[in-house]
Amino acid sequence: MSEWLENHLPKVVLAPSFIAVLIFVYGFIGWTAWVSLTRSKLLPKYEIHGFIQYERLFDSPRWDTAINNLYIFGALFIVIAMVLGLLLAILLDQKIRVEGAIRTIYLYPMALSMIVTGTAWKWILNPGLGIESMVQGWGFPNFEFDWLVNPDYAIYTIVIAAIWQSSGFVMALFLAGLRSVDGEIIKAAQVDGIPTWRIYTAIIIPSMAPIFLSAFIVLAHLAIKSFDLVIALTGGGPGYATDLPATYMYAMAFSRGDIGQAASSAMIMMLVVFAIVVPYLYSELRAKND
Amino acid sequence: MTDLSMPQTQTRSQSNTSKIALRWLLYVLLGLFALYYLMPLFVMLTTSLKSLEEIRTGSLISLPREVSLDAWKTAWSGACTGIQCEGLRPYFWNSVLIAVPAVFLSTLIGALNGYVVAQWRFKGANIIFSLMLFGCFIPFQVVLLPMARLLGMMGIAGTIPGLIFVHVIYGLGFTTLFFRNYYVTIPSELTKAARVDGAGFMRIFWSIFLPLSLPIIVVTVIWQFTQIWNDFLFGVSFSQAGTQPVTVALNNIVNSTTGVKEYNVDMAAAIIAGLPTLLVYVVAGKYFIRGLTAGSVKG
Repeated sequence: MSEWLENHLPKVVLAPSFIAVLIFVYGFIGWTAWVSLTRSKLLPKYEIHGFIQYERLFDSPRWDTAINNLYIFGALFIVIAMVLGLLLAILLDQKIRVEGAIRTIYLYPMALSMIVTGTAWKWILNPGLGIESMVQGWGFPNFEFDWLVNPDYAIYTIVIAAIWQSSGFVMALFLAGLRSVDGEIIKAAQVDGIPTWRIYTAIIIPSMAPIFLSAFIVLAHLAIKSFDLVIALTGGGPGYATDLPATYMYAMAFSRGDIGQAASSAMIMMLVVFAIVVPYLYSELRAKND
Repeated sequence: MTDLSMPQTQTRSQSNTSKIALRWLLYVLLGLFALYYLMPLFVMLTTSLKSLEEIRTGSLISLPREVSLDAWKTAWSGACTGIQCEGLRPYFWNSVLIAVPAVFLSTLIGALNGYVVAQWRFKGANIIFSLMLFGCFIPFQVVLLPMARLLGMMGIAGTIPGLIFVHVIYGLGFTTLFFRNYYVTIPSELTKAARVDGAGFMRIFWSIFLPLSLPIIVVTVIWQFTQIWNDFLFGVSFSQAGTQPVTVALNNIVNSTTGVKEYNVDMAAAIIAGLPTLLVYVVAGKYFIRGLTAGSVKG
């Protein structure tokens, strides 16, 4: 008996986690998928009714807003955070004297909760007392900056806060990438008299393609899952002008009592994440096994 | 980049002047960006030290004329989260009570899992690992509804043990990944030699692998602590009045609509809620960054 246990101990140790993942990840996804095909309202029902929840979802103006916001937020957030991160990484890569300290300053927002970040920016962007009143006080009485409460612009305040939070992290990724480029090639290019900016655009940046991909995956993943920041900064408002899929799902699940809608919106979110992450993970795992 | 290795065609003084100017520009730019990242923290801190009167009349970035700690006292023990007015203190301790066991358990289980997957490969171990890895990337919205029902059936809905359970389960993928990637670099000959000498599975883990694991334990603990402390989605979905973690309480304080809006209290509360992870970052930033990059550019 004890010999059997000793021989099978590795499997015995891994088994509980494996079972937990099977139930709490894959089983739960299956449950949500099933319920998304029913007419569940306040309580789950298990009788399948086809794709009516998805039809309701795509007919819903609120979901429409959430998806549009995800496009706007996702595109701006990913592009600006990557450009800013790359710029900061290149600036920091010039043999800066106090690099460690500067890096620490650029990256610290990443350690904060999105709720803390949202609270801080909510105050800074407060139209009555924040930046708007500050600039007015500098002698520009007509200055207006009311994005936080303006339904057409509120989504951009979420972009501003999200970039502040995550761009330092992108910088850290790119900086590690810049440092891993073969120094010999760069030296050779310098000896040939190629100007520094050409060395960056023609040699260093193209060789960092995998880092761009990683940064993109991480940022896209963050964008789709964004929830806390919206809740803290705008609460999804004004009205539902800054709803994202995650806040839509939450509202349906916990305040509107519409489990069918919550399940179907969660499934769409998962499909979007998987469309981005699965090919990436698959190629990574393949590359490692080869 | 030394001058010697660069073929110089222009006159030395000319290139030196432009070089110095460029250097200045570089430092000015870096300094401006540092200000951009520090500005919100500065504004939070100064606002938390001002009186409401001064906030209404002064400017966002002005220093407080009179430093007052009243807002901090209120935020810690008097601010209202809905009906109750006990400040952040009880919720801060809730977060500690959730984070400490959840970090410990998920790190321990992750270490054992990583040890198995990296050193005791059996048929199917890689598939199990891949399945766990995919679990790291699901949007948690997709498990919220069934988890809420399961916690109810288990009788731990809205309790701190319930939240610990949820954090351990959904932290396992990352902790296993961290330890697996670390243990894979340890030659398997070590395990084989130890087995020849008669050491068993647990003995090898305890006496060989665990003593080598300090760096990855630090990385994992910091990662898990930051994730769990900063969590909002699970906290708001699976807690009830009295068991909420600090992030949920902070959000309730800031968005509570009763009474006068006390911005200084909001800011003090936000700093208090952010302080533990900020401290961890300042003290062990190196390990924090290693966790971030290991979690994204999986090694």
